[in-house]
Amino acid sequence: MIEVDVEKRLGSFAIDARFAAPDSGITALFGRSGAGKTSIVNMLAGLLRPDRGRIAVGGELLFSSADGVDLPPERRRLGYIFQEGRLFPHYSVRGNLTYGGGRGGSGIDFDAVVTLLGLNALLERRPGDLSGGEKQRVAIGRALLAAPRLLLMDEPLASLDAPRRAEILPFIERLRDELRIPIIYVSHAMDEIVRLADTLVLLADGRVAAVGTVEELTSRLDLRPLTGRFEAGAVIRAVVAGHDVTYGLSELAFPGGRLRVSRLSLPLGTAVRVRIRARDVALATTRPSGISIRNIVAARVVEIAPDRGPVVDVRLDIGRPEQPVALWARITQRAVHELKLAPGGEVFALLKTVALDRSSLGQYDPAGAAFGEDEAG
Amino acid sequence: MTSSPISNAALPASPPTLLELSPIEIEALRLSLRVGTASVLASLPLGLAAAFLLARGRFPGKLLIDGIIHLPLVLPPVAVGFALLVLFGRHGVLGAFLYDRFGISLAFNWKGAALASAVMGFPLMVRAMRLSLELVDRRLEQAARTLGAGRSRVFLTITLPLMAPGILTGIILAFARSISEFGATITFVSNIPGETSTLPLALYTLTQVPGGEAAAWRLAALSVALALAALTVSELLARRLGRRLQGLA
Repeated sequence: MIEVDVEKRLGSFAIDARFAAPDSGITALFGRSGAGKTSIVNMLAGLLRPDRGRIAVGGELLFSSADGVDLPPERRRLGYIFQEGRLFPHYSVRGNLTYGGGRGGSGIDFDAVVTLLGLNALLERRPGDLSGGEKQRVAIGRALLAAPRLLLMDEPLASLDAPRRAEILPFIERLRDELRIPIIYVSHAMDEIVRLADTLVLLADGRVAAVGTVEELTSRLDLRPLTGRFEAGAVIRAVVAGHDVTYGLSELAFPGGRLRVSRLSLPLGTAVRVRIRARDVALATTRPSGISIRNIVAARVVEIAPDRGPVVDVRLDIGRPEQPVALWARITQRAVHELKLAPGGEVFALLKTVALDRSSLGQYDPAGAAFGEDEAG
Repeated sequence: MTSSPISNAALPASPPTLLELSPIEIEALRLSLRVGTASVLASLPLGLAAAFLLARGRFPGKLLIDGIIHLPLVLPPVAVGFALLVLFGRHGVLGAFLYDRFGISLAFNWKGAALASAVMGFPLMVRAMRLSLELVDRRLEQAARTLGAGRSRVFLTITLPLMAPGILTGIILAFARSISEFGATITFVSNIPGETSTLPLALYTLTQVPGGEAAAWRLAALSVALALAALTVSELLARRLGRRLQGLA
């Protein structure tokens, strides 16, 4: 378990955060900028001292104001990957990678890390002439080789452009799936979180607003102001159930139905997480025909969000009675009136296949089995 | 040796060729280098400590310490020499202590000249090192600590290398200051040939002697050459270091 219970006053801003996260998989700290995400990670790492509180990782106490415990950063064995890489400019890539080595007894091998992160060609280079993505890969390798029991990642992709981001994401997935190293991942990008994280800690104004699975928290209406309105949507767990070679599509099965998405190069049975944004879902009261949309799912209206302006969010259930699956649709107030939508009503949810792109899909690992490389598009 | 009168004792015996140095010139040069090296080496650890104190320390009275360190920059050098004489003379508070305890005397010898140089060059050294220390990215030090490095390893492997250009500049500035030091030295340890008569002091002696102009010119040229050499070496080193610290070379 990763246990965090900290209070810290920083000028007029106060952090008072309490949460526990499993010490496996990726736990995302999500919140707007200024929510206190980085400060909390710094307190975990020992770079910022809480005014009061307790921090423990895997049963070891790192900080406790009550017991007078405050391990210095070098003795906490937490790997920290900073937003800006922070490579040492006066060392080569190799020098950076081995800086934290020699702590020993880790079982993390230099060659294995170099191969995993594709750093072979960079070893003798200097940080000054690496690209942003390469720098971040070196930073990840450097942290790994210090044999941490937990990795802290503070918006590791925020300073990168979209192609570089896409370059790094698979590496982070490999850390999770192949090295099985727990990660605390700070981000304000919901697509990264859906793709990577299992547990979500929502932060607002220095406090923890909610802790739970990504699926659970993104479907909660009361958290909508925090999870983001534009990006709002549901996250559904599914398994790869079939591939359509002719048309280049894959089928994902979820309790209650199937979704067609662009072809994934994942084996059958792979567990995936699909984020479906509310604005990509349309509703119909009868099953439409003669329509290009391939995903038409029977649904029941559960809740219509209190109207605020011309647009409303409708919460649907597309699962089975014993296994509800939440889906959100964003439609106009006028459509709600004209279709006479009300909680309990039967509708059909329409979902364009092309709206489900690679960035809305993440693998997860329900049984604890490792998965191979994926590079679906 | 010519049979010159005493007043001409400082004049070179026979005018040497243009590029050959006379024994007196060699002696002044060697003394200057020795005094300069000793003063820089002795003040380096103290200068580093002072730079850290001023750049990173937070304590009451910091401004006062800052002011005291910079005092030699604004005081007349003669006043500094006089203060040293009072403090470190054989009967001065510190001088008596040093002599009684350790048998060290700084009065009227080259060690005293080195002390005078060190005091005069100290503010320049501290200033350069402090500025470079303030430019060291503390986030890199934090990163090193999360990688398992304790404070001393971080200091040796991150902080010190990253502030190397400033240390180099500080050394060169203090050395150059020592090479040109006059007022504090002559006041504190007088002008004794072979003992405290560094280049500027020897030059001064020559300007006081009738017919010493030619020899004075030569010493002045020697001083210029020495200063230029020091500055050039430091500039070349600084360039190389700069590239290295930008992570390029």
